[in-house]
Amino acid sequence: MGLWNWIEYGAWALSAAFGLHMVLDWLRTDSTYPEDVLTSSREGELEAMAEEHKVTS
Amino acid sequence: MTEVDITSKTIDGIGPHGVKVGLLRVLGPAHVWALGVGIVLVGEYMGWNFAVGKGGAYAALIACWFAGILYTCVAMIDSEVTSTVASAGGQYTQAKHIVGPLMAFNVGLYLVFAYTMLEAANAITAGYLVSVVATMTGHEGDLNQRPFIILVIMFLAWLNYRGVLATLTFNLVITAFAFAAILILFLSTSGIVGAGIMDHAALFEGHALPYGWIGILASLHFGLWFYLGIEGTTQAAEEVRSPARALPFGTLAGIMTLLIAATLTWYVCSGVLPWEFLGDGVNGSVAPLFDTARLSGSTGLVWLLGFGTLFATLASANGCINDASRAWFAMGRDKYLPGWFGAVHPRYRTPYRAIVFLVPIALIFALGAPLDQVITFSILSGLLGYTFMPLNIILFRRKWPLNSIKRGYEHPFHPLPAIMLLSLCGVTFFAVFLGYGTQLVAMIGFYIVVSLWFHFWRYRFVNRGAQFTMPWPKPQGY
Repeated sequence: MGLWNWIEYGAWALSAAFGLHMVLDWLRTDSTYPEDVLTSSREGELEAMAEEHKVTS
Repeated sequence: MTEVDITSKTIDGIGPHGVKVGLLRVLGPAHVWALGVGIVLVGEYMGWNFAVGKGGAYAALIACWFAGILYTCVAMIDSEVTSTVASAGGQYTQAKHIVGPLMAFNVGLYLVFAYTMLEAANAITAGYLVSVVATMTGHEGDLNQRPFIILVIMFLAWLNYRGVLATLTFNLVITAFAFAAILILFLSTSGIVGAGIMDHAALFEGHALPYGWIGILASLHFGLWFYLGIEGTTQAAEEVRSPARALPFGTLAGIMTLLIAATLTWYVCSGVLPWEFLGDGVNGSVAPLFDTARLSGSTGLVWLLGFGTLFATLASANGCINDASRAWFAMGRDKYLPGWFGAVHPRYRTPYRAIVFLVPIALIFALGAPLDQVITFSILSGLLGYTFMPLNIILFRRKWPLNSIKRGYEHPFHPLPAIMLLSLCGVTFFAVFLGYGTQLVAMIGFYIVVSLWFHFWRYRFVNRGAQFTMPWPKPQGY
């Protein structure tokens, strides 16, 4: 078997690893966090969130 | 809102601000530049040369500058609107605030289709490039390109899934490399450094405009290839640290980079490769810059442009995943699509469901559709988006005139760029109709059908109260 055949197998294996990692992490995240937390992003609220950190002396 | 223990070791990523999870503001102007130029630069490496086949080298140059004007208008208009409407979704969000829901739904779909198709086309190209490398290194027989096509999509999707900063820093490095490769090729072949190999006069003799003025018209829509995707910078709007500064800076620096890269590419390739070979992107010059490097006789240039081609392809696919997922996410967040897509990963702060959902769609197109059809669908969706932009800016200026709201950037000579962009879009539509009339009609038919579906069914689910988020005064006339 030539070098490029091994590289082909390597590409299949890496693709599967990346895909598997995403899917497993996705399932783990979905089962760990409540849905309303995951979908809590609101347009235009990021600045407001950053402003919550107030330094008090 | 659910009560979550923010000190939990399991539930990581929830900040002290509470249980809301949004995209992270971590990007700077260089990342915006890398996103815009990264998506586009592959068009310099391949694809633009079909314009030479349609009308000769001069027609390709006219197409290059014609499209350059069109995209300069796009960049200026986008810079103004998106630095004011600084949210994920880019033109979709602009349409939502300025025109209305139906326009926004259509623009969102243009964006997702244009970027996902372009991502698929890039993955096909990357697979082809790997097979060329295999042949050049002595591999006998046809290499199976599928594992490499799939690997490109999977790796870049994974990178996007893990975080936007690493994704666009990666894009910055490989895009800068690909742009530098074009500059080095120009310096090496033009005679500025070492002996030049260009001979424009001999190559153009008797072939200045082989098909006359109709050839110029036919070549126009391939001119778009030099710049297609620069408008993608707007998708970073919710993730840049300073939208008012980074978005106009990155976008305008991006279009300037592309104008230089496009003109140099035309000059280098047309001065070295005969137009019949250069203009045949299927059986002739598939990758003109790489072919020019091969003719230079320098092994260093061949490797440099070889990697430049591969990096440009990867950068484009990477930027497309970033942009398509942000548009899909923004539509989900507003319930234009199921709200499930509007989720953000609590640790990586990316729209992870949108990213994962678009992977199989890109794979289906990359593995099952012919490259030219995929590219055509991408261009046509992009063109519909460009047609929306001038109407959008005219309405934006009319409803919220200068000084009525704070803008990050005010583009000059309004409404001239808008009128020019609209006229150029009209001419390009006519040129596309000449070459791809059936696809154009079929695609417009598709958007009409989904518009009816949205109007009569989907709109009832839209989060109407929450979708207008800008703290602007009432528009004039309302």
